[in-house]
Amino acid sequence: METATLETRGLNKSFGSVPVITDVDFVLRPGERRALIGPNGAGKTTFVNLLTGNLRPTSGRVLLDDHDITELDEARRIRQGIGRTFQITSLFPMLTVRENVFLAVSECEGIAGNLFRSALRHRPQIERTDELIRRVGLSDVANTHAQLLPYGRQRLLEIAIALALRPKILLLDEPAAGIPTADSHVVLDILATLPKDIAVLLIDHDMDLVFRFAQQITVMVQGSIFAQGSPREIAADPRVREVYLGDSKHGLAAAS
Amino acid sequence: MTAVSTSGPAYPAASSQLRRLALPLPWLATAALPLFLPGYEPLATQILVMIVFALSLDLLVGYAGIVTLGHAGLFGMGAYTAGILSVYGITDPLLTAGCAMLVAAATGLVFGWAMLRTKDLTLLMLTMASAFLLYEIANKATWLTGGEDGLQGVNFSSLFGTFAFDFRGITAFYYSLAVLFVVFLAVRALIASPFGWSLRGIRENSARMAAIGCPILKRRVIVYVISAALAGLAGALQAQATQFVALYSLSFELSGNILIMLILGGSGRLYGAFIGVPAFMFAQDLLAKQDPANWFLGLGIILIVLVMLAPGGILGIAERVMAAIRRRRGAA
Repeated sequence: METATLETRGLNKSFGSVPVITDVDFVLRPGERRALIGPNGAGKTTFVNLLTGNLRPTSGRVLLDDHDITELDEARRIRQGIGRTFQITSLFPMLTVRENVFLAVSECEGIAGNLFRSALRHRPQIERTDELIRRVGLSDVANTHAQLLPYGRQRLLEIAIALALRPKILLLDEPAAGIPTADSHVVLDILATLPKDIAVLLIDHDMDLVFRFAQQITVMVQGSIFAQGSPREIAADPRVREVYLGDSKHGLAAAS
Repeated sequence: MTAVSTSGPAYPAASSQLRRLALPLPWLATAALPLFLPGYEPLATQILVMIVFALSLDLLVGYAGIVTLGHAGLFGMGAYTAGILSVYGITDPLLTAGCAMLVAAATGLVFGWAMLRTKDLTLLMLTMASAFLLYEIANKATWLTGGEDGLQGVNFSSLFGTFAFDFRGITAFYYSLAVLFVVFLAVRALIASPFGWSLRGIRENSARMAAIGCPILKRRVIVYVISAALAGLAGALQAQATQFVALYSLSFELSGNILIMLILGGSGRLYGAFIGVPAFMFAQDLLAKQDPANWFLGLGIILIVLVMLAPGGILGIAERVMAAIRRRRGAA
């Protein structure tokens, strides 16, 4: 498995005259398990969209292994190993779970342009599809249309699609949103099975999930990096408590 | 549409074997038609040609989600290519059909490359405009196309140098049936391929397809070119079967009619074309007998009811009935 380092230097993004991301220097190293937290509207999703190429920065650069990828579009960055899940579920609603995952597998492995042989006869790709579905625990609904799945299982399908693209870096935008708290351990279990050298950036409001998953936490406030450190350091930082964690003491209690 | 989606393994093994055995039956029955309904060969040929045309349209509308009101432009390009070649002495049916496919595909490539960057209403308008453009060119270039009078002097030689296009239309009938069968197999293989799956992905959520690394414009142009070639083939068949090419083959009316036929049968279902075309022609015949002046009104009413109540067309209704029966059996 290849690895990669994702980095931003002096990243800025404004919508009109409103600055959303200000001067962000950020590094995500191979194998890192990092969480990005911050109050609503802090610019976390915008930041992820800048990393994936959904948005272009107003100024600053995005680097992958020291190569400037600021000008590359989303599709190119995906081919270079930057995978993501969406905060708002984005699936192929009228296709089955298997078809959903296969689409990603076939694009990733370069067989999606094949006109002549039945998809089902592409054995290695079908096997990998079924393996991914098993990994996220959706085998029982492999032939069900995605839109008929409960929301929480749609989130798991999102993760399977992201993994199908063999990411070196995985950006998870609120993967547990909409999953009942009692089941968020499923997401944690899946994250635990990821290859160790994939770098993972997790954005979530579920502090329990964040503190159990992350080795490093970055706190973003008003578009800037406010604090960075281990979960223990972040939980102990009085400034962070003040701006962000004030009303989430239960989460911190669980972490410390 | 939402109501028909079912879950679980689609078909049990026994039923799929039954399906495999049942598949050749409609083809054999159709092949035997001249024995039972002599005199109806020209009408049957017309239906077969339109099914080829509707199948080509289904690739766009039903699978790739590209709704077009200009598909006759490509059909007509094929018809005129075959017809004009025959006027100038190149009369072999298969050769001219091949040329028709190439010309239609090239036309599809040019228009598709230009149009498919847009979507929805803009794309719909552009497809219409593309067909109007071709229609006007054919209308004005009377020295080449015969203009409003249609192309005169179309004459094709015997198929394989053996089977002449006879007065009863038997050769044309079997020729069209054979072409339809090959086109059916090709389209069926195409939609089962990874390429075919990716078309449905683009139809369902093109933003997500882009996000998994799919070159969307390229895929859409490729399917447009394939569809154009098949539409051109249908046009060539039409020219060969009727030994005539009319401006109607490029018209907006034909573009509209073929879309109605497909939607009537059920788009995105492969067999929709086989149901919709005969149903349309039957309805047309019946309604025109009742009221020759206003039969379009009756057709319009049928279409409105169908689109409102059964967006999956006739096949969509059949699927729902089957699903209900299966559920009841499952419950019992």
